[in-house]
This record gives sequence, C-alpha cells and structure tokens, in this order.
Amino acid sequence: MAAEIGQLALILAFLTALFQGAAPLLGGQFSTSPLQASIRVATLVQGGLILIAFLCLTYVHAISDFSVVNVVENSHSAKPFAYKLSGVWGNHEGSMLLWALILALYGAALAVSDRASTLKTLTLSVQGMIASAFIAFILFTSNPFARSFPAPADGMDLNPLLQDPGLAIHPPFLYLGYVGFSLTFAYAVAGLITGKVDAAWARAVRPWALAAWVFLTIGIALGSWWAYYELGWGGFWAWDPVENASFMPWLAGTALIHSLRVVEKREALKVWTVLLAILAFSLSLVGTFLVRSGVLTSVHAFAVDPTRGVFILAILAAVTGGSLLLFALRAPLLQSHATFQPVSREGAILLNNVFLVTACATVFIGTFYPLFIDVLTGTRISVGAPYFNASFLPFMALMLVFLAPGAALAWKKGRLKATIGRLWPALAAAGAIGVIAAWLSWPGPIAAALGAGLAIWAGGGAIVDLLIRIKAFSSPPGAAFIRAANLPRAYLGMTIAHLGLAVVIIGVMGAGVWRTEIVRFMAEGDVISIGGFDARLERVIVEAGPNYTAERAVFSVEREGAALRDLTTERRFYPVRGMQTTEAGIWTMARGDLYLTLGEKSEAAGWAVRAFFNPFAVWMWIGAGLMALGGGVAATDAPRRLMRRAPTIDPGAAIAAPQGAST
Amino acid sequence: MKRILFLVPLALFVVLGIYFAVGLTRDPSHMPSALIDKPLPEFDLAAIEGETRGFATSDLDGEVALINFFGSWCISCIIEHPVLMDIAAREGVVIAGIDWKDKPGAGKSWLDQRGNPYVFIGDDPSGRTAIDFGITGAPETFIIDHKGRVRYRYAGPITPQIWQRDLKPLVEKLRKEGDDAP
Repeated sequence: MAAEIGQLALILAFLTALFQGAAPLLGGQFSTSPLQASIRVATLVQGGLILIAFLCLTYVHAISDFSVVNVVENSHSAKPFAYKLSGVWGNHEGSMLLWALILALYGAALAVSDRASTLKTLTLSVQGMIASAFIAFILFTSNPFARSFPAPADGMDLNPLLQDPGLAIHPPFLYLGYVGFSLTFAYAVAGLITGKVDAAWARAVRPWALAAWVFLTIGIALGSWWAYYELGWGGFWAWDPVENASFMPWLAGTALIHSLRVVEKREALKVWTVLLAILAFSLSLVGTFLVRSGVLTSVHAFAVDPTRGVFILAILAAVTGGSLLLFALRAPLLQSHATFQPVSREGAILLNNVFLVTACATVFIGTFYPLFIDVLTGTRISVGAPYFNASFLPFMALMLVFLAPGAALAWKKGRLKATIGRLWPALAAAGAIGVIAAWLSWPGPIAAALGAGLAIWAGGGAIVDLLIRIKAFSSPPGAAFIRAANLPRAYLGMTIAHLGLAVVIIGVMGAGVWRTEIVRFMAEGDVISIGGFDARLERVIVEAGPNYTAERAVFSVEREGAALRDLTTERRFYPVRGMQTTEAGIWTMARGDLYLTLGEKSEAAGWAVRAFFNPFAVWMWIGAGLMALGGGVAATDAPRRLMRRAPTIDPGAAIAAPQGAST
Repeated sequence: MKRILFLVPLALFVVLGIYFAVGLTRDPSHMPSALIDKPLPEFDLAAIEGETRGFATSDLDGEVALINFFGSWCISCIIEHPVLMDIAAREGVVIAGIDWKDKPGAGKSWLDQRGNPYVFIGDDPSGRTAIDFGITGAPETFIIDHKGRVRYRYAGPITPQIWQRDLKPLVEKLRKEGDDAP
C-alpha cells in the first residue's frame, strides 16, 4: 500500500512542479501577487508530496517489504536497521528520489524565507522546471516503487561497502551540496531574465551559495574519510571519476562564493558570477550524468542503463544549454560601472577565480579525456593520478602563494608590498617550517615541504591579519576580544575557512606524501614496528555479525616498552553478496594515524598485516570541518553594514580608509 | 564582436554535449581487441619480487585460462580481487596475473594481504607486455582458449554478475571446445 501512495504522491508532485515551472510563462506578469502566491503554494505542495513519497520508500525499506523491487535488490532481512534506512538512498532509484526531495526542500525553504519579490518568484519557477525534469526522470526511468511478483523470501542485501556510518550520511550531504547549487543557478537565470544582477541579487544568492558549498565540503570530506578507513589501502583520494564529479562543482562553487562577494560589495564581475553560478550547477549535473550513464568506468558506478544516460543528457542539454543561450542573449546587458585596480581585493578574488576555474578545467579534461579519445579514435586510454597531481597541484600552489596577501588587500585599490610587509610573521614562519619540513623529510619529495610552507603562509597570514585587525598587539586583551566579536561575520568566516584550507593541506601532505607503510606476516605474539610504535598481534578471533562473519585481530600498541592501548581491526565477509570488507584499526593522534589492516591467513607464515603511519591525517578532516564552519559563519553575515554603502563610492574615500576597515 | 564572446560558453557546451551523446553509445567496459582470435603475444616475464615463479606464454599449455592485469596501486583491483579469489577457488579456473607497473615488492605484499588467486604471476614493471596486449587500464582481463588464442577481453573490475553473465558461459564453452578437439 505504501508503495502505491508513494507512487501517487510522486505523480502529483510532478504535475505540481510542472505548474510551478510553467505558471509564469502562462501568466506573464511576475510582479502580480496572485501569481507570486500560487507559485509559492505550489512550491510548498510539491515539497510536501515529495516528502510523502520519500517517507513511503523509507517505510517499505524499514519493514523490509520484499514485494518492492528496490527493497529486494538492496536490502536483506538480517541487515541492521540503520542500514535499512540508509539503504533507501544506497541505490540509484532511491538516491534520485533523495535528489528530488532535497531540491524540493530547498525550494520550500526559499518559499517560506524572505518576502515575496519578482526575483524570488522567478527563482522558484526555475526550481520548478528543474524539479519537473528530475521527477519525470524518476517516474519514467527509475521508479523506486516498482513491485516484484512474486515477492521473494529475502533480499539481495546492500553492497557491504555501503553498510557503514560514514557512507550512510555521505550522500545526503553531497546532494545537499549538489542540489544547493540549483538554487544559485535558478537565481542566475532569474537575474538574467530580469536583467538585474546587483548587490541586492548577490545578497539574496550568497547565503544559499554558501550553504551549498558547506554541505558539499562536508559531503566530499565524508566520502574521502570513508575511503580512508573502509577501503583499507590507507589512501583518501584517488582521482576517480566519481570523486572528480563532486570535486568539480566544489571548485566552481568555491570560485562562486568568492566572486559573489565582489558583486555584493562592488557590483563588479557580474557576468562572470552569473556564468559561475550556471557552471557550478551544470557540473553537478555532469557529475550525475557521469555516475548514472556509465560513460566512464568507476569503482562507484551505479547500475548502469543507457536510457537513463540519454534522459540525464537531455536534462543537461535543457538546463545548461538553455541557460547558456539565455546568457548569450542577456548577459551583454548586465552593465558594470565599478572599476578597480589590479592590485585590490577584487583583483585578488579574480585571480583566485582564474586559478580555481583553471584547476577545475584540468580536472574536467583529465576526467573526460578517455571519453574524448574514445569518441574520436575508438581507442581507450586511462588517465591516472600522476596527470591530476602534475596538472592540478601547481595551480593550487600558486593560489596559496596569493591567498594570504590577497585576502588582506583593501577593496578597490590595495598596496601589495605594504600588505605583505604586515604579514611578515606568517612569511617567516612559513619559511622556517618549509625548511624544517624539507630537512626532516629529506630525501623525500621537496614539493611536500613546499606545500607545508605554503599552507603555513596561507593559514598564518589569515591569523596575522586577524590579529592586526583586532589590534591584538597594541591593545589590552579585553578590547581586542570585543573587536574580534564585532568583526563582520563574512570576515570571520573567511578567516576560519582559509585556516581550514591550510590545515587540510598539511594533512594531505602528511598522509599523501610522508606516510610510511609495512606489510608482513605475523603470528600471534609477533610485533610490527612503525612510526615509533610497536604493535603486538595479541589474538585473532572469529565473530559473527548480524549479516556477516568477521575475523578480528586485537593488537596491543606500545611505545618504548610502555603499553598504550589496544587496537582492533576486522576483515568481514558478507555471504549474501560474497564480498569482503576491511575495517581498519586506526589510532588517530594529532601527529598522525597508526593504521592497521588484517589480510589473508597463510598456514605457514601467519596473518598478513599491513601497517601504515599517516602523519597529520586527522588534520584533513579537522581542516575540512573548519572550512565548513567558516562557510557557515560567513552565511550568517548580516547585510546591515552593506545597506549603508552606496553602489558608487568616492574613490578618494576608499583609498584614505584604513586597510581592514571593511571586508 | 563583444556579443560573440558571450556565445563562447554555449558553443563549448554544444561541442561537449555531442561528445557526451556519442560517448553514451560506447560501452566502456566491453572493448574489441585487435588480439581477438589471435595467438597470445610472446612474453617471458620474471617473477615479482618475493615470488620465485614468473609467467611466460608457454606456461598456459592447452588450458583455458584468464590473464588478469592488476597492480597494487589500482583501486578497482581491490574491488575485483575477492571475485577472482572466488573464481579460482570455487570454479577451478586457471588465472594468471600480470603485475603492471608496480614497485618492487608492492605486488607481493598486496597479494599477501589479500590472498593470491593466481597460478602464475609475471612482473611487468615497464609496461612492455601491457603494450603488447594493448591494455588501457587496470584491471583488465583476457580469456585464452586451449590453443592459446585470445578469445575475449574485459576492461574494468569483474563483478559476480559479469562473471556469471558473460565470462563464465564463455569459459565453459571454451573448455568444451578443448575437450571436443582431437
């Protein structure tokens, strides 16, 4: 019964979304209040209907209703309850329904927030068009409510790699990010239609762009974290097409949240910002196309179906093609009168955008190169991590060089030498740490030491600038603290996020370059030494889980003879799918992770054990958390300070204003 | 003139869309190979560091076998590995492995960690033999018949479904061919 209710709700949601998208075309007058009200109501109704459909699917998964194909293919009666719930989106059909749900929730959130305006009505309408396309996609190609006759006695279980807390919550965050960019996209299209892309437009868009960026940051970090502890190879990023698919919108989105600030403060870079908004969402769609169509092989691939690929390509053509056509027609009308010197905050943000978009392009080319070559010549090649590291990392390094001084420059016209001069403590610390890192890691790659130095420069620069701004060096602590509390949220958020980026980079250098690895056979009682620790294999026990059996190895970890703690690692076997997973034993410390995995048993030699020491690994997740926190803080920035500022400013006043008076 | 500039994103997207559309018609995992129905390329690979036995063309003497290119650096190989273990153990299929572009010792420790499904393992650190096979990525698997001819090529990780649907029926057919042959 629940499946039929869900099916019906989905069909009604489709019709409502059609109305929501088409109403302005029929009515013509965006500013009339009946139209505004009806679109607002349609948005909320559509959201409610999708929610009902989603709850119905959750219900059939929760009660293991094996008369529904989706449940049969992705669940098993013995599966833990939490994974019965996460199994709702652990498959193609359910994840697309989650996509539609999040799209609808964003629409509903916009509908209830803020007051009605032409811009908002148009934006909701564009959301409706996107929603109707995706609900149609679900209804016609990926119906999650299809019944199976006769109902089998039990299901085929969920892929064991997905039966994990990290991966259970990873897709919702990722989709909150991907889909969040639908709203900034809708705003961009609405802005092109009205021809008004100004400070007010940017103020309306910025919180949504930041929210999407924060969620995407968390989603990517969760995915990387999951790969790190679940796949058992000690790595965290593999430049896999699906990872790239989430990374490209993130890069474009990062550029967008920066350039939006320029539109908001100075009403410059309008055309560019609109293009970035289109780009960020288009790349989200490309990611969906990539994952669902099977044009590229990937470890993440969902069940692949060419019909779905064609459908998503059609959506992509309509959304991106349509918006770019609108862009070609309308963007030339977006006038920008603001001028700025190359050396200024605007200039720095433009430079940051160039680096980010170029880096995004290198990832794009690397991801799709195999496809391009296949189409042109019929042969297939693969592009590996070396390409990405060689092409992507230099742009990131250049970006880091300019990050600290760029963020500390004044708007409109800044002084580069003076700014760098102010940040000298960060520069000194960066140089010192770079040299020390190079010395300690010698003969390791010098590039990693350079990366660490750049991270200190970027993060330290952010801190020094903050300290100067609150006059921490020249006023009593209380006064400095009050100044800090009164800093604009946008500035605080930026500082936290930049600091987070620096922390991430140190983690990446540590776990990516400086890690050590040993593999050897161990009998019970043997000791393996790595990273200054000695791990003794105490015992291996066989245990039965709810839907798996596990071999669990217990290690006792010692350092210089002193026992510190136990560390357990498991190898699980899931009989229904015939798959094995590793549950790495990880001891996380600030200086690095001790990472142990258990392998096959050889009768003669004992258990194969793989041990890693990954310096600073936890810094990656902490840094990503800081970046997300920074984005969140910036999103709460109150626009009151900006209201007072007229779009045109007397140039003399801006030059005379002390640096740091504004963000 | 300036207006043309605004058309550039659209033009780029149209080109991209054409690529995507054509790409949809290609199946990335099933690839024709120039080697199909031809004899196996000649090679004589040394053992990987830590093992004693290498892998040469002559080793597969009249037996239907799988040749699997892998590497300890390859993530999809981790996914594929339990399937190969299963095939080797349960179906008794001869699987030979070629460790492609791996660091010395890395292949051995990878196999120690996860188990060894391979009867023969050859080391191909330079990728020379991989070029002879025309492989494009790891993992990639070739099915060899009793006459030592390449009969099938599969790129990407073999999943239980693909094994059951495509590869297993072919292996059984080839075995039958071998038994029927005088």
